[in-house]
Amino acid sequence: MINLTREKNPMPEQRPDVRNKNFLEVSTGYTEADAVREAMRCLNCRKKPCMTGCPVMVKIPDFIAQVAKGEFEEAYKIISETSSLPAVCGRVCPQENQCEGKCVHGKKGEPVGIGRLERFVADWHAANYGDEEIKPAESNGHKVAVVGSGPAGLACAGDLINKGYDVTVYESLHKIGGVLVYGIPQFRLPKEIVAAEVAKLEAKGVKFVTNAIIGQSLTVDELIEEEGYESVFIGTGAGLPTFMNIPGENLLGVCSANEYLTRINLMKAYLPEYDTPIQKAKKVAVVGGGNVAMDAARCAKRMGAEDVYIIYRRSAEEIPARAEEIHHAVEEGIEFKYLTNPVKVVGDENAYVTGIECVKMELGEPDASGRRKPVVIEGSNFVLDVDCVIMAIGTRLNRLILETTENLQANERGGIGTDSSAATNRPEIFAGGDAVTGAATVIKAMGAGKTAAAGIDSFLRP
Amino acid sequence: MKMFEITSKRKLNDNITWMVIYAPLVARKAKPGQFIILRTDEYGERIPLTMAGHNEKDGTIDLIYATVGRTTMLMDQLEEGDCFADIVGPLGKATHMEGLKKVCVVGGGTGNALAYPIASGMHRNGISVDMITGFKSKDLVFLEDEFRAETTNLYVVTDDGSYGEKAFTTDKLKELIENGNTYDEIVAVGPPIMMKLVCQIAAEYNIPSVASLTAYMIDGTGMCGGCRARIGGEDKFVCVDGPEFDGSLVDWDELIHRNSFYREQEAEDRAHVCRLTGGVRYHD
Repeated sequence: MINLTREKNPMPEQRPDVRNKNFLEVSTGYTEADAVREAMRCLNCRKKPCMTGCPVMVKIPDFIAQVAKGEFEEAYKIISETSSLPAVCGRVCPQENQCEGKCVHGKKGEPVGIGRLERFVADWHAANYGDEEIKPAESNGHKVAVVGSGPAGLACAGDLINKGYDVTVYESLHKIGGVLVYGIPQFRLPKEIVAAEVAKLEAKGVKFVTNAIIGQSLTVDELIEEEGYESVFIGTGAGLPTFMNIPGENLLGVCSANEYLTRINLMKAYLPEYDTPIQKAKKVAVVGGGNVAMDAARCAKRMGAEDVYIIYRRSAEEIPARAEEIHHAVEEGIEFKYLTNPVKVVGDENAYVTGIECVKMELGEPDASGRRKPVVIEGSNFVLDVDCVIMAIGTRLNRLILETTENLQANERGGIGTDSSAATNRPEIFAGGDAVTGAATVIKAMGAGKTAAAGIDSFLRP
Repeated sequence: MKMFEITSKRKLNDNITWMVIYAPLVARKAKPGQFIILRTDEYGERIPLTMAGHNEKDGTIDLIYATVGRTTMLMDQLEEGDCFADIVGPLGKATHMEGLKKVCVVGGGTGNALAYPIASGMHRNGISVDMITGFKSKDLVFLEDEFRAETTNLYVVTDDGSYGEKAFTTDKLKELIENGNTYDEIVAVGPPIMMKLVCQIAAEYNIPSVASLTAYMIDGTGMCGGCRARIGGEDKFVCVDGPEFDGSLVDWDELIHRNSFYREQEAEDRAHVCRLTGGVRYHD
């Protein structure tokens, strides 16, 4: 039976005025009845356009058909064939640009809530089969190192361990998970979910080494020559935060979104029992329009700021963050200053931030990215009173691995150079995720990790 | 040996402690001037500390620290056989030594702990090292024997004259230069205001200067950007571009401001350590 409702079944959520004061998850997830009802909206089209939108080609109509029948564990098995982290992806993928963006339902109404269903299935499995004993895969005798424990590294390690490789993951921080633990906030992706996924990999036999900076503590060449790894995957992430290069950016109260989010998410500054210091800001300006900007703004609100602004130089049409994040941010009282660009951070005599001077922008002709280029409206300067400015305008690539690995070539963006199978110019070294592309999404990084795992397998067992 | 176990701990004076810690992944690569980031336990901050030395064979590193904040107060509570939750490194660039024949290293107060690996590292590399080690008063002097053994000439000065010569480090530096000593480089390690003055003197005599900076940082790999400092009109990250920079290019006033950002919260935290727990965590 098909459910012909044009809208998605609504996602149960905490009320905005309640959730903007806590770090509990915003969306509480579908019930079984919600999930079955939503699954029945799927038309099971012959061409399966949704799958073409998924970087890891999850068999979407197949798993949804199982959900519609109430066979949730079967659905989980289907997702697991291609995705290593369904509980994560169901929560953080930009579905509107991927699977749901291709759903035929989207032409006349809302697409099927594929992300919500994926999350439901993963959570249902964890609640009902989470304690199931995991058997380590039979060893194939080959040793592979994975550098970086973010989504690319975890996906690569997951596929390799399933194929029987002896896998060790090296992480520079003290916790496993990369951007999933230091970047994405608890209210969007509970850290318990990441920890459970990591525990599953560990049970399968993946070894994790924290506090190891590859390129400093050990080089990639040493991993190969001294530690005996036959192949290395590099998934070290995007790297260094960018600043605008405007006056006043080093005043007290200006930080990168990376720093702000890391203090809160990894170092738990929102919990009183942790020592991590954090600025108790009252009025916060977040510069940028991506998911990282939304995360920083919503964290600032939860940390007690009265007024939080998003400053974005283009219009609501071009803003790159996920639609759901923007919707949630607006509900939580974040004020959006579109077509606005900072020119200067203003401070007092003790170097503390007191405001941010901005100009208004208008959209001109399309630029190289195809989006209309923002142009300054002369004389439109104004100062917004704030005591904290968070820069969320992207990252530049970290050169450490390139500089410390013999004859490893970069791509034109300054990332690690790879071909379509994630292979670098050194046959035993593979790379993927933000370290190759610059800042992108969790699912794209996972896709690259999986591609690399396949590449490593055909390199070591041709 | 357990990972990050304290194998030896001794007090150099009331405020300064020398620890040797098992951290083989750090020890195998450590070089003078580089630092580590540590966490005492799950609830602790990540703080950077310059290494005072290392022993590759034993897999150990040396830390000399002053008890100044919450984390170092917690470190005081750890004894031989206890372990740190995390230690990562080596971080940052090593001290530049190439082409140097004669240098003067100026250490002020607790900064002498960081000056020691630089001075001794240079000395072991065959560089002639004049070391000026300055303290407020006699009871604060530490590492004198170590400096004497591992430098060419040692000059101990105190502000009040209670030990060594009564002088500021800056006065002594000027005197050595005026007396005809020529240096290829002057290295300043200490409070930012002292480093600023030392680097100004170096500039007056056209001698290159190097300063070892400290800053707030989280990851130590360039990811957070919290440690940025203005160097020659450009923003640099102390963790990956430093920690040592050309002293004549550092924006000292900005550095002094930036290092005070969390001072109020830190004072609050320190009070809590003293009154509530005596440094020992009760919620583990």
